[in-house]
Amino acid sequence: MKEIITVKHLEKSFGVNEIIKDISFDVKKGEVLGIIGPSGSGKSTILRCLTQLEKVTNGTIEICGRTLVQNGVYSSKEELRNIALSLGMVFQNFNLFPHYSVLKNVTEPLLRVLKKSKAEAEKTAFELLEKMNLTGKANSYPCELSGGQQQRVSIARALALKPNVLLFDEPTSALDPELTGEILSVIKDLANEKMTMIVVTHEMSFARDLCNKVIFMDGGVIVEQGDPNDVISSPKEERTKLFLKRFNR
Amino acid sequence: MPTMIKSMMEGTVVSIQIFFLTLIFAIPLGLILTSGRMSKNIVLRTITKWFLLIIRGTPLMLQLICVYFIPGMLSAAWFGKSVSLNRFTAAVVALAINYAAYFAETYRGGIEGIPLGQYEASKVLGYTKAQTFFHIIIPQVIKRILPAMANEVITLVKDTALVQIIGVIELMYVAKTQSSALFSTVPLFVAGIFYFVMNGIVSSCFNYIEKKLAYYK
Repeated sequence: MKEIITVKHLEKSFGVNEIIKDISFDVKKGEVLGIIGPSGSGKSTILRCLTQLEKVTNGTIEICGRTLVQNGVYSSKEELRNIALSLGMVFQNFNLFPHYSVLKNVTEPLLRVLKKSKAEAEKTAFELLEKMNLTGKANSYPCELSGGQQQRVSIARALALKPNVLLFDEPTSALDPELTGEILSVIKDLANEKMTMIVVTHEMSFARDLCNKVIFMDGGVIVEQGDPNDVISSPKEERTKLFLKRFNR
Repeated sequence: MPTMIKSMMEGTVVSIQIFFLTLIFAIPLGLILTSGRMSKNIVLRTITKWFLLIIRGTPLMLQLICVYFIPGMLSAAWFGKSVSLNRFTAAVVALAINYAAYFAETYRGGIEGIPLGQYEASKVLGYTKAQTFFHIIIPQVIKRILPAMANEVITLVKDTALVQIIGVIELMYVAKTQSSALFSTVPLFVAGIFYFVMNGIVSSCFNYIEKKLAYYK
C-alpha cells in the first residue's frame, strides 16, 4: 500500500515551549490511524500542522505525494493550497457556520472553493446528508441541532470537498456517551469504505477496534506505536501502561 | 403657528440630511479605522489607536469647531487667503469622523468576539482570507453589534443638534429662535417630539433587523 501521509522529524515549539519533539510516522491509503495520549501531549498539534493551522518549527511533511514542508522550509503558496484541499478536518467543537442552514453549511464551500454549480453542490449535499441520516434537517440551523447532529453535519461538510484524508480532532469529546456512539458509528462506516483517516481520540475501545495503527503520545514524543491490540491491550512501555491502567483493568 | 411648524420642518430636513450623510460616511470609514486598529503593522496600529483615543476623548462640539475653523486659519497663515469648508460640509465631516471612531471600536468588539474556530474551519475548507471575512465573519459580526449600533445611531439623531455651534440651521436651532420670537416654550416642546419620533423610527428599524437576524444563535 502507498503512503498518503509521511511525517519525518516533525518539531513544533511555541516560543520556548516544545510541543512536538521529533515525531515520525506515516499513514497508508485506506488506513485509519489513531492517536491517543494525555491532554497536552501534542496530539491535536500534529493535526493542526498537517492542516496548516500551525507552522512547523522543523521537519518534513508529505501529503498525497506533494511536499508540504521539507526540513522546515514550506513549499510554494499554490502547492500549499493544493495540499490543503486534499485534507478534510472535523473539529471537537464542530465549528459549523451558525448563520447558514445545514444545507448551506455543506454547499457553500463547494460553491465558493470548488466553484461548483448550485445544482451540483446541492446534489452532493443531499447525498451526504442522507448518508449522515440528516435528510429532514437540511433547512434547520446548527443551533437547532443536537451535538451529535451538528458533528454529523460537520463530517458531511468535510466529505463534500472529497478530501483524500479526513482528520478528526477529538470528534466526540464534546458529546455525551450516546451521541459519541452515533459519531463513532459514522467513522466506522467511513473506515469500511476505506476512507483514509487520522483520529485523535480518548475513546480507547474505539481506537483498539477500528484503527489499523495506534500512536501513543506523551510530552511531545511517540512513546509507543503499532498494532492497536499491542499498544492498547498489552502495552510494553511503563508510561503507556500507566495511561491505560483504568481502561485495561 | 403654521409658520413655526413650517420652519421647524425645514430645520428637521437639514437634521435628517446631516444624519444620513454622517451614517453613509461613518459606516465604511469605521471599517477602515478598525482594520488599522487591528492591523499587524505596529505603526499603523498605534497611530489608529491614538487617533481613536483623541476623537473619543474630546468633545464633539470642539471637533465641530476645529473642522470648521482650522482649515481657514491654516490657509490664511500659509497662503494669505482664508479657505474654509461651508458650514454644512464641515458639520458632516466632523460628525462622520467622530461617529466612525465609535463605530470602529464597536466593529472591533464584534470581530474579536467571533470564535477562532470559525476562521480555522474556513481555512481548512479552503476559503481565502477575503471569502472568510465577507461570507463568514461579517454576517455574524453584524448580528452581534446590532444592539450597540442602535444605541449609537440613536445618539447620532440627538447629536445633530450640536452642529448649530458652527451656524448650521437645523431643528434645534430653529426651535430656539422660534421660542425667543414667540416668547413661548411650545417650539422647544415640539422639537422634543420631533426628535422622539425620529428615534422611534430608528429603533423600530433596528428592531426589525434584529428580528430578521434572530433565525440563528
